[in-house]
Order: sequence, then structure tokens, then C-alpha cells
Amino acid sequence: MRDLIYLTVILPLLGFLINGIFGSKIKNEKLIGIIGSSVVGISFLIALGAFFETLALPVEQRQKIVSLFSWMAVGNLNVSFAFQVDQLSLVMALVVTGVGFIIHVYSIGYMHGDRGYWRFFSYMNLFIFAMMNLILADNFVLLFLGWEGVGLCSYLLIGFWYDRKFEKSTVADASKKAFIVNRIGDFGFLLGMFLIYMTFGSLNFNEVFSRALSFNVPTYVFGFIAIFLFIGATGKSAQIPLFVWLPDAMAGPTPVSALIHAATMVTAGVYMVARTSIIYASAPQIMMVIAIVGALTAFFAATVGIVQNDIKKVLAYSTVSQLGYMFLAMGVGAFSAGIFHVMTHAFFKALLFLAAGSVIHSMQEEQDIQKFGGLKKYMPRTHITFLIAALAISGIPPLSGFFSKDEILWFSFANGGLFFWIMGAGTAMITAFYMFRLYILTFDGKERFGKDKHPHESPSIITIPLIVLAVLSVIGGFIGIPEVFSGEHGNQFHNWLAPIFKDADRKLAYFSMHSHTTEILLMVLSVVFAVSAIWFARYIYLKNPTIATDTAKRFKGLYNLLWNKYFVDEAYDAVIVNPIVRTSSSFLWKIADNKIIDGVVNGSAKLIDIISANIRKLQNGVAQFYALVMVLGIVAAFFWIILSL
Amino acid sequence: MENSLLLTYLILTPFIGSFLILFFKKGQEHLIRYTALAISTIAFIISVVIYFQFDSANSGFQFIDKFQWIKGLNIHYHVGIDGMSLLLVLLTTFLTPLTLLSSWTSIENKVKEFTFFFLMLEVGMLGVFISLDLFLFYVFWEAMLIPMYFIIGIWGGKERIYAAVKFFIYTMFGSLLMLVAMIWLAVYAIEPLGYFTTNLIELYNVAPQIPRDIQNWMFIAFAFSFAIKVPIFPLHTWLPDAHVQAPTAGSVILAGVLLKMGTYGLLRFNLPLFPEVAVAAAPYISILAIIGIIYGALVAMVQTDVKKLVAYSSVSHLGFVVLGIFAMTQESVQGAIIQMVNHGLSTGALFLLVGIIYERTHTREISDYGGIAKLVPVFAFALMFASLSSVGLPGLNGFIGEFLILVGSFKSPVLGSWWFTAFAASGVIFAAVYLLWMYQRVVYGEVTNPKLNGLKDMNNREMLVLLPIFIFIVWIGIYPNTFLKVSDKSTVKVVKQMYNPEKIKPVQMGLIQSSK
Amino acid sequence: MTITIEYYLILSAFMFLVGVVGVLINRNAIVVFMSIELMLNSANLTLVTFSSFLGNSIGQLFVFFVMTVAAAEAAVGLAIIIAIFRNKLTVNIDEINILKW
Repeated sequence: MRDLIYLTVILPLLGFLINGIFGSKIKNEKLIGIIGSSVVGISFLIALGAFFETLALPVEQRQKIVSLFSWMAVGNLNVSFAFQVDQLSLVMALVVTGVGFIIHVYSIGYMHGDRGYWRFFSYMNLFIFAMMNLILADNFVLLFLGWEGVGLCSYLLIGFWYDRKFEKSTVADASKKAFIVNRIGDFGFLLGMFLIYMTFGSLNFNEVFSRALSFNVPTYVFGFIAIFLFIGATGKSAQIPLFVWLPDAMAGPTPVSALIHAATMVTAGVYMVARTSIIYASAPQIMMVIAIVGALTAFFAATVGIVQNDIKKVLAYSTVSQLGYMFLAMGVGAFSAGIFHVMTHAFFKALLFLAAGSVIHSMQEEQDIQKFGGLKKYMPRTHITFLIAALAISGIPPLSGFFSKDEILWFSFANGGLFFWIMGAGTAMITAFYMFRLYILTFDGKERFGKDKHPHESPSIITIPLIVLAVLSVIGGFIGIPEVFSGEHGNQFHNWLAPIFKDADRKLAYFSMHSHTTEILLMVLSVVFAVSAIWFARYIYLKNPTIATDTAKRFKGLYNLLWNKYFVDEAYDAVIVNPIVRTSSSFLWKIADNKIIDGVVNGSAKLIDIISANIRKLQNGVAQFYALVMVLGIVAAFFWIILSL
Repeated sequence: MENSLLLTYLILTPFIGSFLILFFKKGQEHLIRYTALAISTIAFIISVVIYFQFDSANSGFQFIDKFQWIKGLNIHYHVGIDGMSLLLVLLTTFLTPLTLLSSWTSIENKVKEFTFFFLMLEVGMLGVFISLDLFLFYVFWEAMLIPMYFIIGIWGGKERIYAAVKFFIYTMFGSLLMLVAMIWLAVYAIEPLGYFTTNLIELYNVAPQIPRDIQNWMFIAFAFSFAIKVPIFPLHTWLPDAHVQAPTAGSVILAGVLLKMGTYGLLRFNLPLFPEVAVAAAPYISILAIIGIIYGALVAMVQTDVKKLVAYSSVSHLGFVVLGIFAMTQESVQGAIIQMVNHGLSTGALFLLVGIIYERTHTREISDYGGIAKLVPVFAFALMFASLSSVGLPGLNGFIGEFLILVGSFKSPVLGSWWFTAFAASGVIFAAVYLLWMYQRVVYGEVTNPKLNGLKDMNNREMLVLLPIFIFIVWIGIYPNTFLKVSDKSTVKVVKQMYNPEKIKPVQMGLIQSSK
Repeated sequence: MTITIEYYLILSAFMFLVGVVGVLINRNAIVVFMSIELMLNSANLTLVTFSSFLGNSIGQLFVFFVMTVAAAEAAVGLAIIIAIFRNKLTVNIDEINILKW
């Protein structure tokens, strides 16, 4: 089955082509949906088969390269369309195809009646194609193909309803912003790739990573490689400073937000750091940078999430915040913990988005939570699944989110220090708070919607995916039960991934000097924080809603700051975007090009014009003048001859 | 040595064909068009035959034809191709029938003269790429100016005379400098060889021994002419005018092939003839190239005329090619060569698409558009595809070229610093900005201009023109080896002529060897 | 006082100069032609002088050539002036500038 891994890449591409070329002619929505979903489903089955096959093998044999054909072979550069099946890529593959399949099925119902139904499914398949390339690639260039490919699909899918308005601008603007901010990150990623090639003479993972251990490379080279690659990751995974596209990406249909901007594409950066762990381990200062960026992003995004009123916006900032957690994990050397959180986050965040979509559809495309309330009695299944996801993300045991988040918190304390733990725990508290604010304002309390809205439960095609994801959110954490509970079994998830990270772990040489008691104490502490935050949210939003509005009024400045997401977009516009556009237009084009450079060209033509206009005055038509000139010339020549003799 | 005559047949086909066209009478437009299409297709088939008979393992010139021409001056009709000229010849013969097909309905008056000039243009272009004699090269170089001048000047837009004259005089000014340098070079060869010669292969051996200060001047003279053609900043201002005023077919062939003659010249003449000067001048020319990349992109961003936007994007893209050439590593030169082909395809496609929509609306102002996605979905898809190719999306052709160029320049010992590549790579951001913004303003949003209602989508002929280009865009993006292997050995040879790779110290931070 | 060759040569140089100045300065086309004749005659004088002082008859032979040419040229020139006069009704050279740019 591992040999067939390339099918997980090719089948979605086929789906894209079939739906793309023939989709407008296939009038049957169900058929389009089936084509679109089944290619992903079959890919999932293949990945599952490959997983079990790998599980049965001894650890040394678990990596397999399946090569299709050579892509670029110039000089030392030799990259192929080749896929690496190992523990890490299998985990990602299962998450992508599994959650992807669920979301595809959901979309069959969600996108019903849309004019571009076939376009939607073809783009979604193209996305899975690109994402699979990214996570299965055995070299940096193929990874980059997937990297940019998911950026393209993100652009196409965010801008799916390209003729609509979105907030203060248009949907098209939001998609363009996503692509361009991503491209800025890609610029960093490219520089990282070039430096890798120059230093190690190859872009193939196995070759680069083994040479990273054997070559005698100064630390600062690793540092530069690491930071360049990380810049790419901040673009793709929406960290500070390139996160600004993710909230705007909510302009796209909700399944897109679930798949791309929660479960898969945004985790590409985390995957990339995990894959290149040996490089990061060789540049510990950069890992510190990553941890700080991750912690700050997690914290500040969470604070913005508290005051947002659009249901998808809250979830968007929540995603940015959770991604910050993943990078915090990477930064403190807890690579498998980060990947674990990728997996659990995929479950509950996708679930949150899909449930939100169910609510939005049922409330006739309304997204403002101030106009929701008390929906739990109209939409029971959506309600329960949303609640489960909210509990998971808040880190309530024994749901999946608890295990993954807690592992991150533990390692940030053990490897990173108290500062990181405080940032992490504080964020966890805020997360629980805004999550339950969202839950209460949507499903609980008084009904605040008008008489024209008739909320109802969504059809099964929509709720069944929700239920599946809810089950996964509950049990998904059990494969990562930490050592402290499972004893000599160890953390199974961690053990599965350990061979991938063993070189990095060895280099970082963290040793745990903290006892099990500290670990359990911190665990209890974080659960207490989460529960108290939930209680606090219930207290405010259920019992005394006026506290919220009064606090907002009293701390108007702070509220505005948070509501306007710290004015980051405005700052970027003012400092970077507008100056560049205006300088290009008024100076570079109109003055430098038109007046100065072209001025020289036209000026030289004009100069010749003037010279000839003046010289032709010599031809005044008077014969005597010509004769005079001749005589003068002869006299001059005569004198010259006499003098030179 | 026996002449294979294949290249001569290649050049004779459009040459004789163009005279054939002159025999048609006024009312036989359709016949003229079909004949021209047939002639250019025959030329394409011949070039494909040459491709299949080409020996990729041989780094020297193949299919050499040598006939005596001007006895007293030892000038021969000497033609031959190696890997990179083969790719450019293929590009030329590929684009010509497509552009003729694209002007089926847009050129209505003086069709006979138009096709005559177009086929003569093809002769000129092919001649430039296959000449191995300096004088012959010069003749063909000048020969392609004249038909282009007429094409722009007669069938162009409102300011066509200004644009045509500017194009002609600007380019000719550079060529004259090149003529001086050629004669100088040929005269110089008298000393070591004993006779005046314009044979390029012999000059390859002689020229590097010329005293350095004279080499400098010769290099500058040659480079000036090519720099105008590429165009390298700041000698680029003829390009926007020429492109905007030219008819669609003219723009496509201008961007697709003519600009490559400049970069081809740099690679064929400047680098091998004057290697020391080239290595010394590389950082400076690369700075100009990088300025071109960024400046071209920024100015493209703020254009209101779609064709001018694409014209400035050409300046930006060819900046990459020049950077690749002067970085002088195997990867970057190979990338430059393949990017020449890629640019011809993607910018050619963009110009074709602009032409298609212009034929319907007769406006190129972006503000006159908006929301045409719903009206012309096939066109919208094609425009997105061509834009993505131009942006350098991995999986399509543009990425291969850009990536190879940047990877090569990063580690280039001739440039010596990362900064060149860092600045150049920022061009990928700007490319996305101007193309996506243009696409958004033209295709997305609401239909704001009532005149756009009833816009017809692409017809079969137009799709037929674009389909081969799109196929190659994907082919080169996924499996470029078909084309890379042809120029591989020649690239290695060019780089070796520049410097001995073992003698160059590794760049300050790189190329650290294994400790084992 | 013996009349040496210099006297004749200076005389003919002087005549030539007068002729040149006459050509350059005069407005009337006919006077210009007269000055041209004067220049030709100064050349004749030089030829005869050298013929006499060198004892060689070639100089005198050449004088006949010059006189013939002068006569022919005067005839043609005057014919042209008459033609111009019939068109422009003037023989003032300053006004005959049709070949001006």
C-alpha cells in the first residue's frame, strides 16, 4: 500500500480535472459532490493502508521513498516528484485526507444550490492535491510546490464569491491579500531554500538532514536558514507579523475556512518546522525566536478574539492563537507535541467551523452573534457537537484538546521556562473564556434574533460530519496520553514520531529535571484556569450581560484597540502598502520613467532636431555666401600647408 | 565538412514563402492567411525534426552549414546551432504560426503586406539565432528591424509612428556600436590568425587574448546593443511604447522572440568572447538587472493600460534572465535559457489574451473593465492560467526558470553576495501584486461598465491559438528535462569558459565541505 | 630699374584679389561675372609671365585654353542670368536665393 501513496496525490488532481473540465456540464450536484469527495475518501483509505503497513514494520524500515519521475536535474540540483512515506508524513496525510473527506461530504450539503458548485469541488480537490504534495514531498522544492499550490487554492477559494462585498472592501480584495501576504512569506522560504542548497549542495530531505549532522557548518548559517524558513511559516501559518490575511480569509465559504484555514493549510508551517527539526535544533537562538513569536501570537490573537462579534472571526483569531501554541511547542523543542496539537486542533477547529456553518445557514447567512442566542433548542445536534468542540479547545479533560494542549504547556515550562508557561496558561484561560462567550451568545441565553429568522437543525449530510468530528475530538487525545499516566507504555503518539525527531532531540539535549509531581500540578492548574474561565464566561454572558457592555464602555480605549485588532492592518497599509503604491505611481512611473529616462531619449532626439535646425541656416541660398566660405576654406588650408612645411 | 543544409532549409522556407505571398492579389485574403500559416507550420516541423536529430551530449555547434560569401573579406554564410539556440529557434517557429493564426480577424487591410513582413521577420529572427559569422549575424539583426518597424508603423495603434521610429532608431543606435566593435574585433584577429575573419568559432579562441582595456570597450559596445534589445534598465523606454502601439501579433512576437535576441546575444557574444570583462562587469550589470526587476514590477503595478502593464512586466521578467546570465553558474545560466522560452510563452499568452479582449471592446484601460468573469468564464480561466505562469507558480513553467536562476545566483562566486538574490527574489512578491491586482480589477467584482454586456467568450480559433501554449506551460513546469537536457552541455561549456570553478574561493558563508 | 618676375606676379596676385573681392561683395550678377573674368585674366598674366621668364612656350599655349574657357563660361553664365532675369526681374544676387533651406 505504501507504493501506492502517489495515488493520494494523483486522485485529487484527477478530481480537480474532471470537475473542472466537465463540471459545468454535469447538472447533477450529487454526482459532482460524489466525485469530489470520493477521491479524497479513497486517498484516505490508501493513507490508512500505508499507515498500518508501516506500523507492522520495524522502526528502521519505516521510511520509504516512492519516486515518480525526475523533475529538475541541473548541476548538483536533482529533485524529483518523489514522496516520502514515514511516520510524520503519514500522520499529516491521515489528518488531511480524513478531515478533508469529512469536510467534502459536509460541503455536498452546505454548498447546495450555489452557482459555482462544480468550481467549488474542483478547487477543493486541487487543494488536497497541493496539500498532499506538501506533506509527502521528499525534497524542499516539491514541498514548495505544494506550499504555493495551497496558497493558490486559498486564493481561489477565499475569492469564490468574487462579486460580493466583504466588510469594508470586497471578497476579491481579501483573497488577493491572502495570496500576497503568503507570497511575502514564500520569499523568505525561497531564501532559506537557496541557502540550504548553497550550504549542503542538495535540496533532498534525506541528503540535507544527514549532511546537517556531518558537515561542519557554523551555527549562524543554520540560524539564517532557520529564520528564512520560519518567515515562510509565519506567512503560511498566520503568525506575527504575517497573520493579517487569516481573518480576512473568512470571506470564503465556511467549509473553506474549516479545511484550509483551520485544519490543514495553516498547519503547513508547523509541519515544515517539524520536518526540518534538525536544522532548528542546530540553531537554538532561532528556536527561542519561534517560541516567543508563537507565545506572543497565541496571547494577542486570543485577546482580539474576546471582543469579536462575527462568529467566524472569533474562530479565525482562535485559529491564529492555537497556531501560536503549535509554534510555541516547536520553539521549545516539543516537536511531537506540536504535531499532536495539529491533529487535535484539526478535529475540534474543523468541527467548530462546520458547526458555525450549520448555524449560519440556518440563520439565513447571518454571522453576527449579537443576533443569535438560545439556538440550542432549535439545533440540538449542532449544539452538542459545538459544545464538545468548545470543551476540547478549552482543554477540559479527557477530551483531545486537553492532552495536546497540556503537553505543550508542560514542555514550555520544562524546556522553556516560567515565562512561556505563563503566556501559554494565560492564553488557555482567555481561550476558554472567548470560546464559551461564543457558545453562550450563540446557543444559550435569550433569543436575540428577529421574527424573520426560523432556525432549524441542518440536514444529516451536514450533521453527520459534525458528529464524526465530535467523536474524534473526544477520543483523539487518547493516543497521546502522557507518560505520567500511561506508565511504561509511554506517550504512544510521541513514540511513533520519535525516530523522526531523534537527531534534533539529541542535539537539543533537553533533560527533564522536573518531577512527575510538577507535571501533574501544572496540569491541574491549567484545568482549574480553564474551568474558572468558563465559569466566568457563564457568569457574565448568561447571568449579567450588562457587565460586558459596561466594561467595554469603561475601558473604551482598550476595547477599541482589541476590536480593531491592534490596528495592525491600518499600520501595514500606512507604512508599507500606500507608500509603495503612491511612490510607484507618482514618482517611479510619471517622473522617473516618463520624464527622466524617456526625457533623455526624447531629449536627445530633440537635441538633434535643434542642432540640425541651426546648421541648416548655413544653406541660405545666396551663392556668394557659399563662395565666401569656399575662399575662406582655401585660405585656411593654404595657411595650414605653409605652416606645416 | 559536409553541410547538412537543414538549417538553410529552415531559413529558406519563410524567405521563399514571403515572396510567394507577394504574388497573391487583393481579394484573396483567406488564401494568403492559409498559405502563410502553412509556410510557418512547415518551418516549425523542420525545427522539430532538427530537435529530434540533435545530439544532446555534444556541447559544440551542430548542423553547421558553411558557404563562402564575400571572398575578399573572408566572410562566410556560416550557420549552426547548439543547445540554447535550438530552444530559441523552436520558440520562434512555434510562436510564428500561432501569432499568424491570432491575427486572422484583427488584421483586415493590407493582409498581403502584413504576412509578407511577418514572414520576413521570421527569417530575420531565425537568422540571428543560427548565425555563426559576425557579419551574417549583423545582417540578420538589422534585417529584423525593418519588418518590425513596418508592422508597428502601419498596423499599430494611435501613436504608432512615434513608437515605430523610436523602436527603430533606438535599436539601430545600439547596433551601430556593435558593428564598430565587430569590425574592430575582426581586424584584431589579423594579428594572431594572419587574416581578417568574422568567424565566431575562430574568434572564440582569439578574443580572450585581446588586451584588457580594448576588451572593455568591445564588451561595452556589444553589451550596449544587446542591453537595448533585452531591455535592461535604463534603456527600456522604447518597450512600453512599441508594445502598446503594435498590433497583437506584433506584440506577441516582439515580447516572445525579439527580446530574447538581446539575452541570446549576451550569452553568445559577450560572455564567451570577453570572459574576464564579463566576470568583472557581472556585479554591475546584475545590479541593473535587479533594478529592472523591481522597478519594472513597481511601474507595472500602477499602470492603467493593460498592455503597458504586461510590457513593464517583460522588463521585470527579463531582469531575471540577465541576472541568471551574469551569475554564471550552471544552474543560473540553464535557468536563464529556459526562462527565455518561458517568458516567450507566458507573456506571449498574456498579450494574446489582451488582444482577444481588445478585439471585442477596443479599449485597454483597466478602468473600463470589471466583473467580466461571469460574462466570459473561459477567458477568465485562460487569463488566470497565463497570469499564474507569469507569476511563477510552481508546477507551471515560470517557476522552473525563476527557481533555477535564483538558486544559481545565490551561490554565484562571480556575484559574491546573497544580497543580489535577496533583492531579486522580492520580485516574486511584486509579480503577484501587479498581476493579481490587474486580474481582480478586470475579471472580478461587479460588471460596472454597461458596454461590457453581451461580451462574447473565446471562439474556437482563439482557444486553438492558446491551447498549444498552455500545454507547453504545463509540460515545462512538470517535466522540463525534455528542454533542459538540450541546453545542458552547452551551459556547462559556457560557464567553463568564464572561470575555472575550482579556482574560485567559495563565497564567504557557503560551500563548506564535509568534515569527513 | 629692371622689371623682375616679382612685379608681374604681384600684379597678377593683386588683380586676382580684386577679382575675388569683387565676386564676394558685388550685388549685381553681371559685375560678379566681370570679376570672374578679371580673375581669369590674372591667371593668364601669370601664365604669360612664367612663359616669358622661363623661355617656355607652354604657358602661352595655355592662355588660349583659358581664354576659350572664359569665353564659353561667360556666354553660358550670361544666358543663365538673362533666364533668371526673365523670371525674377532682377539681377541682384541677394534676391536669387531659391536654394535656401
